[in-house]
Amino acid sequence: MGEPPISTLSGWGRHSAPGRERVGEDLERISADVNLSRGLGRSYGDASLPPDDQPTVLNTTFADRILGFDEDTGLFRAESGLALSDLNRLLMPRGYFSPVSPGTKFVTLGGMVAADVHGKNQHKDGNFGDHVTALKMRVADGRVLECSPQQHPDLFRATIGGMGLTGHILEVEFGMRRIPSQWIWQESRRIHDIDEFQDALEDAAPEWPYTMGWIDCLARGKNMGRGILMTGRWAEADQAPSGAPKPGFQPRLRFDWPEWVLSGLTIRMFNELYYRKQWRRQSSGIVSHESFYYPLDAIGSWNRMYGRRGFTQYQCVLPREAGRSSARRVLEVLTSRGGASFLCVIKDFGRESRGTLSFPRPGITLALDIAVRDDTQDLVDALNEQVLQEGGRIYLAKDSFTRREHFEAMEGVRLDEFRAIRDRWDPNRRFRSAQSVRLLGD
Amino acid sequence: MRVAFLGATKGMGRALARLMVERGDTICLLGRSSVDLERSATDLSVRGAADPVPSVVCDLEKPETFAGAVDAAREALGGLDAVIVTAGVFAIQEDLEADPLLAERLVRVNFSNTVVFCEVAKKALLDDGGGTLCVFSSVAGERGRKPVIIYGAAKAGLTHYLEGLDHKHRAEGLRVITVKPGFVKTSMTAGLEPPPFAGEPDAVARRVLGAIDRGAPVVYAPAPWRLIMAVIRALPRAIMRRINF
Repeated sequence: MGEPPISTLSGWGRHSAPGRERVGEDLERISADVNLSRGLGRSYGDASLPPDDQPTVLNTTFADRILGFDEDTGLFRAESGLALSDLNRLLMPRGYFSPVSPGTKFVTLGGMVAADVHGKNQHKDGNFGDHVTALKMRVADGRVLECSPQQHPDLFRATIGGMGLTGHILEVEFGMRRIPSQWIWQESRRIHDIDEFQDALEDAAPEWPYTMGWIDCLARGKNMGRGILMTGRWAEADQAPSGAPKPGFQPRLRFDWPEWVLSGLTIRMFNELYYRKQWRRQSSGIVSHESFYYPLDAIGSWNRMYGRRGFTQYQCVLPREAGRSSARRVLEVLTSRGGASFLCVIKDFGRESRGTLSFPRPGITLALDIAVRDDTQDLVDALNEQVLQEGGRIYLAKDSFTRREHFEAMEGVRLDEFRAIRDRWDPNRRFRSAQSVRLLGD
Repeated sequence: MRVAFLGATKGMGRALARLMVERGDTICLLGRSSVDLERSATDLSVRGAADPVPSVVCDLEKPETFAGAVDAAREALGGLDAVIVTAGVFAIQEDLEADPLLAERLVRVNFSNTVVFCEVAKKALLDDGGGTLCVFSSVAGERGRKPVIIYGAAKAGLTHYLEGLDHKHRAEGLRVITVKPGFVKTSMTAGLEPPPFAGEPDAVARRVLGAIDRGAPVVYAPAPWRLIMAVIRALPRAIMRRINF
């Protein structure tokens, strides 16, 4: 059967490009002549979008079979289009959870490898790629092969966090974790400024497997960086309510909100109210893993809130060496330009991942949701210049505005190594995305 | 329920088989490729947290394999309560007109061979005292329509056959269920522009499973297609001739 006509593909931030998706259950058969894979399209920017000259991408979501699960060791293998939501639904009731989960469950295993996602346990357990034991791939010369830390280790490392640029990920094997219940014991605490926040994250790190913070990005001066620190651990079976959390009502945004809805004023009100919600200095209790891990998944298509032009998430990491004040300097770039971030998240990273181009490194990460407006490019440029000065870098799964020169300056030798591996496995640069053309030049 | 399932490796069949193992039904897979069957069997056994799912090679293009395959499935399951058929081939009208051999193959597989398979399955079920025979036909078989002339004709024949079977054998305890999917987003329809009311395989599977449990003889899925097809059936020929639906 023919290919569908070319239409528009977009990332979660609604950044779009002309393209079409080829779908099918048998990835090995249909991947031979396409040059980029895409899963559920939850990367925010242009990472899953095709470059102008090759509009067809492989959509992996029909390839979602589980190929093995050992209940004793937790070793799990599946086709790359399996969604984390499906995995959670099936295996959480049996006491297993993904070793690393991002803040949405609507991602595929292939996407989790390609972006080398991290979660609230990054400081303890690293990235998803740290738990991957093997990948089955189709590479540029057409071969289908298995790679792992022992087999083709260069390909393996470059594929973890490689944004799909090393080949099609067909199958993923990793170790699942045992969990005592499907509930989380959560503590949340009010934090008064950015310095206290970093101390609090550092103090919580050895004690809590899951930590993250929400920041009121509009607070300036001495209040800059005020917010709420959330920490959690799996509730033991005797602490947890019997049974599984019940899925609640799932509202869904049916249309694009007009741009005036998210104005400076409404964002300020939201942030103020959210901060006030934590009116006690500290509170604690048992919550479902869904509300702890995936609060935004409760609202379908929440990205429509940002209107037709969409939004970008600016996520950077600031290395420990840059010192405590680096986070304040980056936030100042945002507030001094009157930039309003609807949602701002802070989290500490414990270690670097094994992926050649993976995002995390020891330090602090900030993630800012910014509605796309006329000045967004200037704002991202200014943020990138500051991050460069701090010796930090950005997360490719979120990016759609960074300039090539900024990216190259941030990545330095890591990019040289990634290019060398790409030279070995894909010298003619078959595998490309809109993002790779923008940031790597090919 | 012990189910012999022809076509559970892909699309709507995959979704329905998953739903069934997750609620505790036992399935034996029938299909063309042993490699593909093996992968689906593993998937279903992990999802159902159950014993290994058996599978038997059975090619809808080879009627001589049918009896042996149904027997093997019955043996593997220790009896049969239901047989489900979702397998079939699809091609767009344009390609079928361009290639008479493709048209012949499509009509043979979707009509004659499926009928022969159902005859074999019917016998096996009746031998065990009845049960459910659930077969996926299509809304394309409701009326002669320009975009699906040949595919629709094969499905129309199949729908007729299944209705007759239901009338004849219901009193003996054999319930024949005809599923008429409208447009469902699967790899089969991947090259086509989805119309309004296009459905997802999971939702179709839930609806079909409800029909199997109730013994409803005809099920449209997604639900709005029942109404859409009622309108289409009522349209005068003069109008059908003008529209391209």
